[in-house]
Amino acid sequence: MSSAQVSSNNDEDRGFERGTPNIVFHIDDVHKSFGGLHALSDVDLDVQEGETHAIIGPNGAGKSTLLNVCVGRLEPDRGAVIFDGHTLTGKQPYEINQLGVARVFQTPEVFPDLTVLENVMLPALSKRDGHFRLNPFKSFHAETRIRDEAIDISTKLGLGPALEIAASSLSRGDKRRLELAMGLIQHPRLLLLDEPTAGMARADTNATIELLKTIKEDGMTIVIIEHDMHVVFSLADRISVLAGGRIIAQGLPDEIKGNPKVKEAYLGEEEL
Amino acid sequence: MEALILQVLNGLDKGSAYALIALGLTLIFGTLGVVNFAHGALFMIGAFCAVTLNRLLTLSHIVVDETQKDFLGNPLNVEVPYLYDFFGQAAGDVIIDWSVPISILVAIPVMMLIGVAMERGLIKHFYKRPHADQILVTFGLAIVLQEIIKYFYGANPIPTPAPSAFTGSFDFGAALGFDPNLIIYPYWRLVYFAFAAVIIGAVFAFLQFTTFGMVVRAGMQDRETVGLLGIHIDRRFTIMFGLAAAVAGLAGVMYTPINSPNYHMGMDFLVLSFVVVVVGGMGSLGGAVLAGFLLGVLESFASMGQVLEVLPGLNQVILYVVAIIVLLTRPRGLMGRRGVMED
Amino acid sequence: MLSLNARDFQLLLFVAAITMLAPIFLNPFPVDSSLAQFNGGYPDLMQRFVIFGIFAIGFNILFGLTGYLSFGHAAFLGAGSYAAIWMMKLLTMNIIPAIILSIIVAGLFSLAVGFISLRRSGIYFSILTLAFAQMSYSLAYSVLTPITGGETGLQPKLNDPRILDGELAAGETARANLFGLEMGSSYDLAVGGWVFTFNVGYYIAAICMLLAFYASIRIFRSPFGLMLRAVKSNQNRLGYTGVSTRPYTLAAFVISGMYAGVAGGLMVAMDTQAGAERMFWTASGEVVLMTILGGAGTLIGPVLGAGMIKYMENIISKINTTILEAWFAWAPDGLQDVLVSVIYPFVGKGWHLTLGLVFMLVVIFLPGGLMEGFEKIGGLFSRKKGKNSDSVAGSASPAAAE
Repeated sequence: MSSAQVSSNNDEDRGFERGTPNIVFHIDDVHKSFGGLHALSDVDLDVQEGETHAIIGPNGAGKSTLLNVCVGRLEPDRGAVIFDGHTLTGKQPYEINQLGVARVFQTPEVFPDLTVLENVMLPALSKRDGHFRLNPFKSFHAETRIRDEAIDISTKLGLGPALEIAASSLSRGDKRRLELAMGLIQHPRLLLLDEPTAGMARADTNATIELLKTIKEDGMTIVIIEHDMHVVFSLADRISVLAGGRIIAQGLPDEIKGNPKVKEAYLGEEEL
Repeated sequence: MEALILQVLNGLDKGSAYALIALGLTLIFGTLGVVNFAHGALFMIGAFCAVTLNRLLTLSHIVVDETQKDFLGNPLNVEVPYLYDFFGQAAGDVIIDWSVPISILVAIPVMMLIGVAMERGLIKHFYKRPHADQILVTFGLAIVLQEIIKYFYGANPIPTPAPSAFTGSFDFGAALGFDPNLIIYPYWRLVYFAFAAVIIGAVFAFLQFTTFGMVVRAGMQDRETVGLLGIHIDRRFTIMFGLAAAVAGLAGVMYTPINSPNYHMGMDFLVLSFVVVVVGGMGSLGGAVLAGFLLGVLESFASMGQVLEVLPGLNQVILYVVAIIVLLTRPRGLMGRRGVMED
Repeated sequence: MLSLNARDFQLLLFVAAITMLAPIFLNPFPVDSSLAQFNGGYPDLMQRFVIFGIFAIGFNILFGLTGYLSFGHAAFLGAGSYAAIWMMKLLTMNIIPAIILSIIVAGLFSLAVGFISLRRSGIYFSILTLAFAQMSYSLAYSVLTPITGGETGLQPKLNDPRILDGELAAGETARANLFGLEMGSSYDLAVGGWVFTFNVGYYIAAICMLLAFYASIRIFRSPFGLMLRAVKSNQNRLGYTGVSTRPYTLAAFVISGMYAGVAGGLMVAMDTQAGAERMFWTASGEVVLMTILGGAGTLIGPVLGAGMIKYMENIISKINTTILEAWFAWAPDGLQDVLVSVIYPFVGKGWHLTLGLVFMLVVIFLPGGLMEGFEKIGGLFSRKKGKNSDSVAGSASPAAAE
């Protein structure tokens, strides 16, 4: 199926973009294999500015590989990932982040020895100061603006009471929230979320959905990889279905729900 | 040509020592994942095994010898090794003369014991700790070991001669058809090289052809899986540590006639052995041996007069320069495996 | 105060008070008493306290914050020493230009070494720095003899040019000074049986250490310091937050190299000589010991470690059999002999053995160093311990996490 077709549908149906769709993130014909295993083949994906695009698929479909290719952790065998006119493939992770692409990890990779507040402030500092800034004599505590914002975001995510403790002592769910806070504080132009609610209790998941909805309304472009269909259908403007390393379906949530190919791929694994 | 051969030969004995120490370091690193800064100290303790045995063998009691007189005409007091009492003078002299090779027999169990004690008593508590902690604690241990040796044996080098049968030199030039006296090489260094080759061969054969060796090799590849197979890998690794200690110790024992042992010889060799391991490739046994000999020979070439005229001081720095170049261009070393110590 | 929070300011004041009053409280025993040999308040030793304190503070900025374990920092100290002595030979015996050049030379040298070494991390980084330092040491002893004086080292000579200084009269020796104030001059204050020596060189070095300490607090508390701690905590993640690690670690490396340069320059200012042995890798090992012993990643730990080790070196190595026998005179003869012979290996010439053992025990049981020990003891007394802002780096996180 052609994605251009879908996007035009999209425009008509949802009308959230005026005029020609502004494709801000583009995955162009990406292949990646590990030994003989084709983890990704012919993956094409377009994400419009301001859209929330969900990538779903059964286990082992290649979702994480795709995300790793997007953030520069893996180099694709062929193809390119383009964000806002910049080719991301071959770039260092920090360069990709500096372009405004933030990633929230599935397994929380926070800074265990820093406090929660420091963890949240750090990405904001790097957003403001760039990839390197020699300011050894500036006081960290004088960063009131960033500090206030970090406190604000952490509190919104329920980390308020934990601000001064070391991130290593957080529970797994709290670490995930911390991950999210670290992504959000950068106000990225593209936020890549890797199963942001995995391992969260239902109530927390709903809170996270509400939070992501508000972010969405601010116009942030979001690509979300998610297992939880409740989350996907609450948030996604469009959905791509990945199975066996290929995109087998792409479209509006309603189209995906009824797509027989998707049902086949999941084969009862998930209730759609 | 003669000069080249001579330099290669000169490089071999030092290269042998590097190779033996680096082999042990790699065994420990490969099996246990521990960076052992105390490995040089094991080399040094081996050397002092030879010194100790030599001292024990020459323990003497004083007897009054009526046949000799001092300048006042009184009977002379002479020191007679106890050994003479047991074996007679002739056999006693032979034993004392051969004290260094005999030390090998003593050094093997002693070094094994020290190695096992070290692993059980200290190193095993550091498997899960960061590499920096491993470096630091073994560095501390190295200081302690060398200070203990210093306390008992003093700070000065202690000459420990090779058996008199090996004190001469072999005229390599003559044997190869060049003019005599161009390429002369002390016998003991030949012995050292041959000894090193035997030990290295034995270690490789042991790893290659025994079940024990197979498990250890498998463990070097993937420790957790072997553990899951129900093989008691930890105990084997302990023995491996003992073996590595013994290899280092034997290298030390046989090195005593080449360089009189002192308490800091271990540290001197350790730094260079690390360079060797890095050049060879962390975790690669073959690489350690190859790099050991290669660097030994390279160092010896760098100390040739003609080379030093062009590049003065090259002999002092050649190993470090090679290490830096290798680390920057081939971070895995000459024969390193993927995934070993990469972060 | 001084852009520090109250707690840090108190710490700075505390360190300032200690260094300024050191000549007094390090001499607690009257001159005539038998314990006078344990007085640490003589200039030579106190200078070493603060100079090695500077060295360790700098090393801590690299190792304590980023976790990169350098085994070659003595090379920068050595390079700084050579730079300082050349300044004294060519320009003036005033220590200011000497120390400035030390910092510049050590900084440039560490920039070159760091640029290459930091391309690798972990054990490879340690070995690369070790290789560079050993290389410098070997070169200083051999080829570079025209610059380094080889085995004899360098000292100011009567016939050195010293452009800015006047000609020395025959028999006069060149003395290091600060605008005429000689490093060696002291004022002795006798109070009762006590004598306190206030030495110019010590106070200058101590002021340098306070400045160095203040700068290190600022670095610890800066966004830059946060990035360095993040390198230690999770270097991979840092890239995904948009931070390029290498420039940060290189900056930390160069800063710590410059601290080593200050220490090297000050050493020359005190004893007006420089030699290659200052670059030997055991000297690099010593600063590692100091930092770990005191507590890597804490502000005051390295100073404490440097002081401890230098005090131990001086005092423990002075203890001999006679002193031991005097100590255990109360014991019956047999027991006295046993005690003396048990302790003897650890004192006098054996102090390195004690050092090695203490170091091993610290690494095994107190990876956070003495500072962690103090915290644990403090924790025993007050259960309601507040948040601990001094031990910022990972070593003390279990305590901080309570």
